[in-house]
Amino acid sequence: MKKLLTAFVGSMALAAAPVAFAAEATKELKMAYDADPVTMDIHEQLSGGMLQLSHLTFDPLLRWTKDLGFEPRLAESWERVDDNTMRFKLREGVKFHSGNELTAEDVKFTFERLKKSADYKAIFRPFTEVRVVDDYTFELVTEKPYPLLLNAATYIFPMDSEFYSGETDDGKAKDLIDKKGGSFASRNMSGTGPYIIADRQQGVRLEFERFADYWDTESPGNVGKIVLTPIKENNTRVSALLSGGVDFIAPVPPTDLDRIRSDKNTDLVTMTGTRIIMFQLNQERVEAFKNPKVREAIAYAVNQEGIAAKIMKGFATPAAQMSPEGYQGHNPNLKPRYDVAKAQELMKEAGYEDGFTITMMAPNNRYVNDDKIAQAVAAMLSRINIKVDLKTLPKAQYWPEFDDRAADMMMIGWHADTEDSANFYEFLTFCPDSETGAGQYNAGNYCNPELDKLVEMANVETDLDKRAEMLQTVEQRLYEDAAFIPLHWQDLAWAAKKNVKIEPVLNVMNFPYLGDLVIE
Amino acid sequence: MLAFLVQRISQALLVMFVISVIAFSIQDNLGDPLQEMVGMSVSEEEREKLRDELGLNDPFVVQYLRFAGNALQGDLGTSYFYGKPTVDVILENLPATLELVIGATLIIVLFSVPIGVYAAIRPQAWLSKFFMGVSTVGISIPVFLTAIVLIQLFSIGVTVTLFPEDTGWGSWLNGALSTNGGLPSYGRGDELTHLFGTWESGFFTQDGLLHLLLPSISLASIMLPLFIRLIRAEMMEVLQSDYIRYARAKGLAAPRINFLHALKNTMLPVITVGGVQIGIMVAYTILTETVFQWPGVGLMFLEAITRSDIPLIVAYLMVVGLIFVITNTLVDLIYGLVNPTVKLTGKKA
Repeated sequence: MKKLLTAFVGSMALAAAPVAFAAEATKELKMAYDADPVTMDIHEQLSGGMLQLSHLTFDPLLRWTKDLGFEPRLAESWERVDDNTMRFKLREGVKFHSGNELTAEDVKFTFERLKKSADYKAIFRPFTEVRVVDDYTFELVTEKPYPLLLNAATYIFPMDSEFYSGETDDGKAKDLIDKKGGSFASRNMSGTGPYIIADRQQGVRLEFERFADYWDTESPGNVGKIVLTPIKENNTRVSALLSGGVDFIAPVPPTDLDRIRSDKNTDLVTMTGTRIIMFQLNQERVEAFKNPKVREAIAYAVNQEGIAAKIMKGFATPAAQMSPEGYQGHNPNLKPRYDVAKAQELMKEAGYEDGFTITMMAPNNRYVNDDKIAQAVAAMLSRINIKVDLKTLPKAQYWPEFDDRAADMMMIGWHADTEDSANFYEFLTFCPDSETGAGQYNAGNYCNPELDKLVEMANVETDLDKRAEMLQTVEQRLYEDAAFIPLHWQDLAWAAKKNVKIEPVLNVMNFPYLGDLVIE
Repeated sequence: MLAFLVQRISQALLVMFVISVIAFSIQDNLGDPLQEMVGMSVSEEEREKLRDELGLNDPFVVQYLRFAGNALQGDLGTSYFYGKPTVDVILENLPATLELVIGATLIIVLFSVPIGVYAAIRPQAWLSKFFMGVSTVGISIPVFLTAIVLIQLFSIGVTVTLFPEDTGWGSWLNGALSTNGGLPSYGRGDELTHLFGTWESGFFTQDGLLHLLLPSISLASIMLPLFIRLIRAEMMEVLQSDYIRYARAKGLAAPRINFLHALKNTMLPVITVGGVQIGIMVAYTILTETVFQWPGVGLMFLEAITRSDIPLIVAYLMVVGLIFVITNTLVDLIYGLVNPTVKLTGKKA
């Protein structure tokens, strides 16, 4: 009986353990990423690294869950007031690192700063203002009904308005956003997030300490200190994990997946990503690409499954469209079409049986195995008599060439900042228009005003089911038109020591919620 | 001596000028720095504005003159990535590289001199033949391969199960061939000692020295075989010379002949080569630092290239150029000290 009682008490203690852990976050996490955040100003640059930093040191109003839903963070709840307005209730008693308390004024301040940021202003273009109702209530107002209001709200990480107001000793505004470096915000930080930056040597080391007054006391996270070392070289990063030098690495290069799987001390977590890799066919440079049959022939000639299996070692999800699963526009009917015989027939029908020669360009250090993929596609095209003159370049030199549309076929990868299909179309398939910036990355010069219109209509459609149907139609039409050649969505991979439970805090956007990380 | 210095300094200035022009003129081929500074979805208009602010739209000559004007006042520009003066960035990263070079140099000196001398005195001994064989192999292995093998052996560890574990000799062989690992595989470690300014040294803690070990060996691995062979060859030649034979005939003790008379003259060409090689070693640090994530100027330079951080690239090339010029000058001076018959003016003797 006594034994039973002890067991009972013991299990109770275990059940209560997470809470006890949260009270004292004592564990240390050493992690190695391929890069470190470029600045401490979260509005200076929109990139994966910066968003990871935002989630560590700030908190968003709401954040994405694993299945691409939303969960409340600093905003406790929200409700629609009218077509153009959403009212948010802010969590009370949330402290900034400076000790100031979070109010609706901070949200307004942050929103206005976002509107000034070169990188973020595009996301907030549909918004007109933040209307403060009282200390803990505010409204997000859009110009037109905007279905992606909550998506955009995940980018609002309230900043400490008092801390970032005023002037520095040399007379510069503290809220200045300066990409050339040397602003107050790029060196100082006050957020509401689980961690405070304790030490920062850019490019060498970044140290975080857990914020003692962190509002989320229910979080099971028990990591008190995080040391981030940027390790760009894939081999070195993997070695650092295998030798026990670090506890957690990302990304894991596809070539080392097996090595990590077979190591008994480490865990590997992989996920389908949301970054689409594709080729664009420039219709302005090549007369033949204007012919839908030729484009279709190319779509039939490219073996997505083969590339994903052989070159990506199974570390990619073959694609026939841009929208990954979970996005509103994802059309489950669209499957990769690979049929060389059909492709050859189409070429014949189009009158290009003897083929032609084109130029192709791809980066060689931007996407996983980008240069090898380009070589494979070039080889596949030779089977329908299209001779490819391929050139691969480092990314720094590739993008200027891309902007110049310097080759007939060019590779691009894209991740939608809004986690929404419309973003893909706006940048990649809209009729290029330098005035509005539409089709900025449409190196194929594909143009279908009808589809553009449909997307624009979807962008003011707040009935999400209806909207999904519209976007899926767009995806279907693009597929039929063979507007571009989709290849795959790049998978994501992380690895950690067995006692570091990374799985629950990871997501497809690749900003791990490390505040909730548990180390055993 | 003074004439020599004046001549050297004017030479150095000319070299620096040429480097700056070359470094500056390749910038158009390094890609667009803005790609690293802004997100993909930033409009062309915004980019153009930033390009204007950075002065990237000015003609080449205007950009160069602005750079040169600032450089003469000691300002080599501001790094796009670090947002700090490039000189500061380089000075912060330089100690790590210098310590790596010092570590490698120590290894080279400690091993090359005794091995080289031994191999010259006893050319037929099996140990000499072994060293020569290994050094031939050593010369032909690229430094990054050495580094990766070292990491696998001594950081991650290797478990060998080639031989039957249940027999005594088998498990002994397995054990002898397996390694434990455990040595740090990246970075400089946490326990650095602050010396002065931005100099954080790894030479004074066990942790720091352990972190230094594998990178230093990797870096030394390229030069060590070369120096062993060089010392051996020079020493053998010196041992054949008349004055050594005369010393032998006089009945001087062998160690005195070998280490005092012969070694001194052997070292002259070795120092010359060594000086040049130290300069080359700075270049090799780029490879070593990349593999070991060693936070020095080599790694910094390589990343600056991938980021098209033009000011930092130009500044690095200037600084490395300066280091070359200075080491070459110092080598000439040391040469003069070791062998006073050398005329420093560099004019016809």
